[in-house]
Amino acid sequence: MRRKFANSIAYLVLICGAVMMVFPFLWMFLCAFKTHYEVTQYPPQFLPEQFSFENFKKAFSMAPFLKYFVNSLVVMAASVICTTITTILGAFAFSRLRFPGPEVVFSVLLRLMMIPFEMLIITNYTTIVDMGLYNRLPALVLPFVSSIFYTYILKGFFDTVPESLYYSARIDGASNWRYLWRIMVPLARPSLVTIILLNALSSWNSFMWPLYITSDAASRTLPYGLQVFTTEAGSSPELLMAASTVVVVPMIILFIFARKFIVTGVARGGLKG
Amino acid sequence: MKDKPQAPDQPRRFRAIGEAYLYLAPFLLGLAIFTLYPVIRVFLMSFQSDYNYLNGTYAGWSLENYQNVLTDPKFTQAIRNTLLYVLAVVPISTILAVVIAWLLNRRLHGSAIFQTAYFKPMVTSITAVGLAWRLMYNQQYGILNYVLSVFGVSKIGWLTDPKWSLPALVIFGIWNILPFTIILLLSGLQNINELYYTAARVDGAKEGRIFRRITVPLLAPTIFLVCIVNTISSFKVFSELYPLFKGDPGPVYNLYTVVYYIRYMMMEKREYGYAAAAAVVLFLFIFVFTMIQLFVKKKLRNRS
Repeated sequence: MRRKFANSIAYLVLICGAVMMVFPFLWMFLCAFKTHYEVTQYPPQFLPEQFSFENFKKAFSMAPFLKYFVNSLVVMAASVICTTITTILGAFAFSRLRFPGPEVVFSVLLRLMMIPFEMLIITNYTTIVDMGLYNRLPALVLPFVSSIFYTYILKGFFDTVPESLYYSARIDGASNWRYLWRIMVPLARPSLVTIILLNALSSWNSFMWPLYITSDAASRTLPYGLQVFTTEAGSSPELLMAASTVVVVPMIILFIFARKFIVTGVARGGLKG
Repeated sequence: MKDKPQAPDQPRRFRAIGEAYLYLAPFLLGLAIFTLYPVIRVFLMSFQSDYNYLNGTYAGWSLENYQNVLTDPKFTQAIRNTLLYVLAVVPISTILAVVIAWLLNRRLHGSAIFQTAYFKPMVTSITAVGLAWRLMYNQQYGILNYVLSVFGVSKIGWLTDPKWSLPALVIFGIWNILPFTIILLLSGLQNINELYYTAARVDGAKEGRIFRRITVPLLAPTIFLVCIVNTISSFKVFSELYPLFKGDPGPVYNLYTVVYYIRYMMMEKREYGYAAAAAVVLFLFIFVFTMIQLFVKKKLRNRS
């Protein structure tokens, strides 16, 4: 009886909290379908009279959101591919290959991990400009190709694979290269999925760096394009909400399907830290 | 297999080392260009007076940048805002997260749905949800003021009144950091041995007492680490400002933060030296907190 009572209080608190966490999203989606009048009336009306995709059409015609969307996809794909490859190679070298002082190098790297990107941005900006990549999509990928954190996670996993597996494969004549891609990588699939998802999320949502390094529509990605759109459609919240929905929905779908992987990754300090 | 591998002959050893560096090359190259070099460069730049980016010249080495930045009212304002933000966001989000994580850990039905609900802000663009918050904060037709009006509160200019702009930023910040905080605390809770709870229940302890006497003390190290991690990330508050205030630092330019100040000095004033000095101040703050974090982690590892 007592337990039941405690549980219902727990449910009540959890539901209230969940409503508060979800509400901004719900409001965004609902307002994306409302007319201008419905969005700006007071007291606010909860549901739109009818669900029409008019706002989405209008937003897409006012700003090149399709271009932004494609840019975001391209940057995300390039970022995931490049980062994953450097991470796999780096983690394997740290975990299995022999070179002088891996522990020293690795502990230096872990110290470097605390350096905030906000501090590096000044020089990275000038480096990218000097490379002639200002306003070009590679600029959005390059600075993030080497991730100490992802390498650290993957090395941690590689270290748990028994060494005997390595030596027996080597004795059977497999090269390091073959061993890595045929045995280690398939074994590390869960860790790799986590890394890829975290990377995809942070690439898709990245805002500060694109703000510095892109200035025209051709190279803008969604979050920054959305920010620019606020000056174009600032007085039409319904259009802003339609555009925001387009930015948010892909990642929500991804999250629903891959929650476990993302949560594990974040629990190890992967995002926003 | 032999215990000790035979000492390989010299050329083979060199080849092995060469191969290892080949594997490491892309990783280390990226790191050298985009992390190692910038750190050193920023430190140097912060001591170069009158650094000119276009032709790379500077007048000399001095503390001038620091003097100018530390006496700039915009920067002192930025420090004050940032500290107030940290002091509000970190404790409030931690307390809320402890309660929610504790409830989520009770393995109630539908915890998957709850998790999806609670963790969503973490995976979504801060700009997009920030715009939704902007709409909710609207003074005339925002739903927040409507809800408050039910309780007899008159309309608040969340984003237009300088008095309310920091609270508005803080509320958004808490909402945004909460999922991350809950996840860390939840994984801390899951590491607590179930036996403690069982023993307490056998002894007839009540839920509230178990929470205060067992959960909180055993979770304390995690709570502390979460506070530090959140302090560091809250100190970097920047992207949150953009959707709320249309890219300006607050309604009357009253909400400069440290990271916003770096951008302002760089992109608007083109004073790279000042920006570098501000970046070093940011780094020093983060450095101190990271050192505390490492120290505590080490202590904990030694204890267990």
